[in-house]
Amino acid sequence: MKVTNVVLAGLGGQGVIKASDILADAAVRAGLDVKKSEVHGMSQRGGSVTSDVRFGEKVLSPMVPRGEADFLVVLSPSEVEVARPLLAAGGVLLGPDLVPEAKLPNRKSLNVALLGALSSHLPFPPAALLAAVKAALPERLHAVNEQAFELGRAAAGGSVR
Amino acid sequence: MPDQQLLSGDEAVAHAAFDAGVALGTGYPGTPSTEILEAFSALGGRAQWAPNEKVALEVGLGAAYGAVRALVTMKHVGLNVAADPLFTAAYTGVTGALVVVSADDPGMSSSQNEQDNRRYGIAAGLPVLEPADAQEAYDLFFTAVELSERWKLPVLFRMTTRVCHAKSLVRPRGRRETPRPGHFERDIAGRVMIPSNARPAHRRLRAKLAEIAAWAEEAPLNRVEARDPALGLITDGVAYLHAAEAAPTASVLKLGLVHPLPLEKLRRFAASVERCVVVEEGDPVIADALRAAGIAVESKPEMYRFGELDVARVRRIVARDTSPEPAPPRGKPPELCPACPYHAAYAALKKLDCIVAGDIGCYSLGALQPYQAMDTCVAMGAALGVGLGLRHALPPEQARRVVSVIGDSTFVHSGITGLAEAVYNPPPTGHVVLVLDNGTTAMTGQQEHPGTGRTLDHAPTAQLSIERLAEAMGVPSVTVFDAFADPAGFERLLAERLAAPTLSVIVARRPCILAAADIRKWEKAGAERRAAQACLAQAEE
Ligand code: SF4
Repeated sequence: MKVTNVVLAGLGGQGVIKASDILADAAVRAGLDVKKSEVHGMSQRGGSVTSDVRFGEKVLSPMVPRGEADFLVVLSPSEVEVARPLLAAGGVLLGPDLVPEAKLPNRKSLNVALLGALSSHLPFPPAALLAAVKAALPERLHAVNEQAFELGRAAAGGSVR
Repeated sequence: MPDQQLLSGDEAVAHAAFDAGVALGTGYPGTPSTEILEAFSALGGRAQWAPNEKVALEVGLGAAYGAVRALVTMKHVGLNVAADPLFTAAYTGVTGALVVVSADDPGMSSSQNEQDNRRYGIAAGLPVLEPADAQEAYDLFFTAVELSERWKLPVLFRMTTRVCHAKSLVRPRGRRETPRPGHFERDIAGRVMIPSNARPAHRRLRAKLAEIAAWAEEAPLNRVEARDPALGLITDGVAYLHAAEAAPTASVLKLGLVHPLPLEKLRRFAASVERCVVVEEGDPVIADALRAAGIAVESKPEMYRFGELDVARVRRIVARDTSPEPAPPRGKPPELCPACPYHAAYAALKKLDCIVAGDIGCYSLGALQPYQAMDTCVAMGAALGVGLGLRHALPPEQARRVVSVIGDSTFVHSGITGLAEAVYNPPPTGHVVLVLDNGTTAMTGQQEHPGTGRTLDHAPTAQLSIERLAEAMGVPSVTVFDAFADPAGFERLLAERLAAPTLSVIVARRPCILAAADIRKWEKAGAERRAAQACLAQAEE
């Protein structure tokens, strides 16, 4: 089984790192080996943030080699062009325009919506990802985020439920 | 997979320290090391923030003299601050265990340089252990404790950003030991490093290192993965993982101990392969040591000394490819939060065209747009000394524009001695020291420090008062002001102090906007705790 490379990109405060933690947790739930890494330190101050998540049978380096991301998930319009060189030829870009902000039940749930979109492409069941979303959030936010997840999933062509 | 957990390297070290019965963890926050002590505390370990790394190392050393296991954490530049006691601690050795974590930052994601701290271990004469990922960080920490106790030496545990902040699956062993009680044995000749004691101590240290080198020849933490003999890679830390992925058919010697090196094992490995390349991040520390020992190896081309390695770069190193690399994507730089209390201060500094000797913290962002109001930023606490030097050197009309700008945490870290210098050797034009007090260590994620009056786990403790300290040190003019609430008043105050030929300290106080809600919560919890204690005391009377 080939290692799947996902890069998540956005601006500090958008939940990039949270989303990558959720994705990594989902891969663990699916029984895969996982590595994730990011550079943070000034991430709260609105600068660019990217986080690499890799999963498969056995993962070595914690960093997605440049230009080898199978999936690039971008949360901020300003970061799309910045992050594009990270994507492999034939890789899939999931951008912030996939789920318009107006449709989101909560502005802060874009990260979860894009995870929903990503879930249609992953080698493990979307339920594992949704379970990881819920595990990472307090219960009062479950309904809103489930809605966001399914919005994203529908937008990416995956069936709802 | 039951008991497997997804942990960062930092969290893995915290778990290992807890499971190994570390009695005390201390350090100073610094990316990427900060989470170690926070996670250790969350697990129930006894953890505390020290005012700076030198003090942290001294406290850890004292604990280890007291026969317990101690952990000290810092980022790479922090070890510069702690270097003074570190070198002599190598001579005195320890009674318990002392593991000093240095979290290096190749690529400088949030640092002012990319120094390679493996060199500190070599210079001080300490064993240097280096994990590649979180599981290894967990396992090697136990080895570090064992090494430290067996040879009675502090051990340098070197991590890098992609080990500290990379998450992978870890299988912890569970708690093996609870912290044991300390005890004291007098050993004046061994611990008081006057020259007559230090001379034999240096010989003892070198003898221990020779023993460790012999042990390292067989130790499993330096392992050979024999594959195709056409290419051999010698590697350490996270570079091992990049190398294993970039050249899966190559033979590999993976070093867990980078000082002292197992030279005979390395010599045999190099001889067993046709081509031998050292793949290491940062400086060519291992390659140089091997060449000095007469072992023929290839070092990476100079261009790969800069920044982090990754799989793509290791492929290039192996292919001897020195063609220009594609430029990294240029992202958006960080900036001060929109409602940051520092805006008013920087607006005034810019308006008055100040020459700003700055320091390390969120306010370093004042160097960027829109203010560009910071002229120097060298090291923690350097704002004071550099500002004073500028005042001494510049013609008076320029000298009068110089301001030293420092944060509250940084002031306590190493600004206090700079202020002593300012009182002692005041420049003829006087000087203005602006302490931006946001009530937290914001840059690293809102840690407490002695000026906040709360300990690492946010419990109340005595509070160091910056203004009363400055007064007690003999600063003639000390003012506390909320620049955010009254920007115009702040600008007037700053202009007035700049014009006066005296030394003045202005404490611009207002909490960091991101930390404010938490600070209120902790203050409330502290007040409740105090009230409950008072109640209890009354009931006992
Ligand atoms: S984190 Fe706090 S101190 Fe730092 S820029 Fe934001 S508001 Fe200012």
